[in-house]
Amino acid sequence: MTALAAALILRGGHLLDPAAGVDAPKDILLKDGRVAEIASPGKLKHAEGAEVLDATGLAIAPGLIDIHVHLREPGQGYKETIASGTAAAAAGGFTAVAAMPNTIPVNDSPEITRWMQSPERGASVRVFPIGAATRGSKGEVLNDYAALKSAGAVAVTDDGHPILKDSVMREVLAAAARVGLGVIQHAEDTRMTQGASMNLGPVSFKLGLRGMPPEAETSLVERDIRLVTELRDLRTHLHVAHTSTAGAVDAVRQARRNGLRVTCEVAPHHFLLTEEHVGFYNTHAKMNPPLRSAADRDAMIEALLDGVVDAIATDHAPHATHEKEVEFEHAPNGIIGLETALGLTLRWLHKEWKMPLGRVLSLLSAQPAALFGFKGRGTLAVGSYADVVVFDPKAEWTYRVTESRSKAKNTPFDGWQMMGKIRWTISEGRVVYTNAI
Amino acid sequence: MDISVAAVSRLLARARALENENPLVRDRILAKRRIALLFYESSTRTRTSFELASKALGADTTLISSLSSSIEKGESLKDTGLTLRALGAEAIILRHSSSGAAWLLEESTRLPVVNAGDGMHEHPTQALLDLKTILTHLRPDAGEVNAETLAGVTVTIVGDILHSRVARSNMLLLPRLGARVMLCGPKELLPEMAAQAGPGIVIERDFEAAMRQSQAIMMLRIQAERLAGLQLDLDEYKASYQLTGQRLAALAPTAVVLHPGPIIRGLEITAGVADGIQSAILEQVTNGVAVRMAVMERALVPDKQGDRP
Repeated sequence: MTALAAALILRGGHLLDPAAGVDAPKDILLKDGRVAEIASPGKLKHAEGAEVLDATGLAIAPGLIDIHVHLREPGQGYKETIASGTAAAAAGGFTAVAAMPNTIPVNDSPEITRWMQSPERGASVRVFPIGAATRGSKGEVLNDYAALKSAGAVAVTDDGHPILKDSVMREVLAAAARVGLGVIQHAEDTRMTQGASMNLGPVSFKLGLRGMPPEAETSLVERDIRLVTELRDLRTHLHVAHTSTAGAVDAVRQARRNGLRVTCEVAPHHFLLTEEHVGFYNTHAKMNPPLRSAADRDAMIEALLDGVVDAIATDHAPHATHEKEVEFEHAPNGIIGLETALGLTLRWLHKEWKMPLGRVLSLLSAQPAALFGFKGRGTLAVGSYADVVVFDPKAEWTYRVTESRSKAKNTPFDGWQMMGKIRWTISEGRVVYTNAI
Repeated sequence: MDISVAAVSRLLARARALENENPLVRDRILAKRRIALLFYESSTRTRTSFELASKALGADTTLISSLSSSIEKGESLKDTGLTLRALGAEAIILRHSSSGAAWLLEESTRLPVVNAGDGMHEHPTQALLDLKTILTHLRPDAGEVNAETLAGVTVTIVGDILHSRVARSNMLLLPRLGARVMLCGPKELLPEMAAQAGPGIVIERDFEAAMRQSQAIMMLRIQAERLAGLQLDLDEYKASYQLTGQRLAALAPTAVVLHPGPIIRGLEITAGVADGIQSAILEQVTNGVAVRMAVMERALVPDKQGDRP
């Protein structure tokens, strides 16, 4: 990590800034943590004295934004720390991450929210804490959303502990709307998933594992949308985390047609993998929501292409190696994802399924920034934060988890072919990741 | 049941040879080899059967059960396995409540691990001994077995298929020898997707219709310990699925009746049928020792059955 250079020039690259409608060769001057000037190649007016990074042949885009990560601090530093998790984020081209509140203790207070953002955490990139919706994420008593918001929380959720009680969820939506925060729901009717460790279907039957029915997700999304409809006058914002079923994205699609502020994200593993990847009890294919059927996976791709999905989010969920080396049903849920998101998305969504590069980048930066109001991010318009990713969009490479910056190595994508190699990640003007190409 | 028909044939041939072998010759096969029986679930038949089979071949066995070991203190399966290997175990026989546990233990220890039942997943040696029993009754003259040996035979498995590892192993093994496996039970205990587990599997919910088509009927116990809150009306269950003397005489008077045990007399099967002339339940137990001798020999002396390690 280098210190804040007074000024930095990215020269010779191709700027892709979907939010600003720019797709052209540009030189960029970054100064005091902001974008200071953008000009045609060789035409910067205030270039003197700045350090130059040669971006010839490379794409320059707004730093990526992941609205769903687990950084495990406070409380579980053996899995990941804010420092290690954000180092992985930087290596993956991310310059901002939104951290889930299922820490120990649960982030349900302004104190913890501030603690997570304090410089002592050693974060490489900007961390936006998400506050717990209810005290201890127990689904009963609402937290003080105004206080959480003023401490820096960008949304509220009980993530892994979905709010099942209608009355509580209604209150949460209303209270969050009053202070202008969105509510993120991990949609899973846990009454239907007791003891289950993968998707319910022929594969779970054959492996002798209890299955989670897709209806457990779909029905809760439908319930939440019903509540949002009832509260229409309050302009509530419901964000559905990691959608994985065709029914869930259909429900979101319908809600949007009805003019509701209902948004959703999809994780790369849910548009790339299916329940078949569980193979023979591979705990690196165990997550929640689980890998679903091929039909559900195809529905995720379709929803990404047709625009229902607002963001690609990784649900980066680090666990220690020994925690995953256990009986499948006892293994914790989740995989890491920060260093593979761009490579997988470009390789598959862009190259294979032909999504234009600008839209891919928008799903990974401008749109997630807009979801939770990250002002001055997700774009490189003059005056924005100098959050930048510089990469070779055509370069293909192989991911090796042994080289990961994350403390954890739990990924099903070890050895997978990636596309788009990152040269530099710049967070608020500081170069936080450098890689020779 | 990841095993070829040829390997099944060799196992059955060795089982027959070993059960008839002179005990003083037989016990040199695995003389002083160390086998650990690692049991995380209670068991009468399987544990004793594996122990007697191993000892009959001369092996030294040691039993580790979850209630009297460091497993109680929270030791992981991997660490328990590595400890057993360090103590000199050359093979581990594992009974575990989690599906996939045998695979995990083999990955962790790189020892031959014999699956003595893992969760709701599989119980391969039970399927092999069931096959041996079925062959004795339906194909007494079959020497080597092949993909057609059980052509034309319908084996009906009845009851709690969802929670049964015995059912899963049998529905994967028997069709490879040409049998049709008919699954029978109520929706709560037999989901439609069971028919997709492999080829040669059909579902027939009407027990009496299934019986009429069956040459072998395998009754299963309702696994109360795995029902996870599922409520069943037992009177209704008995009315629909209990194997009674009346039903047997009327619908399948020559079929062989099997049950992996433990049986609950008066629930899935009446005492009269369990003790009756068509019952092969105790033969299954006896065959278990022979089959497990062959399985342990294959695990520790693979050349003997033409299998390279």
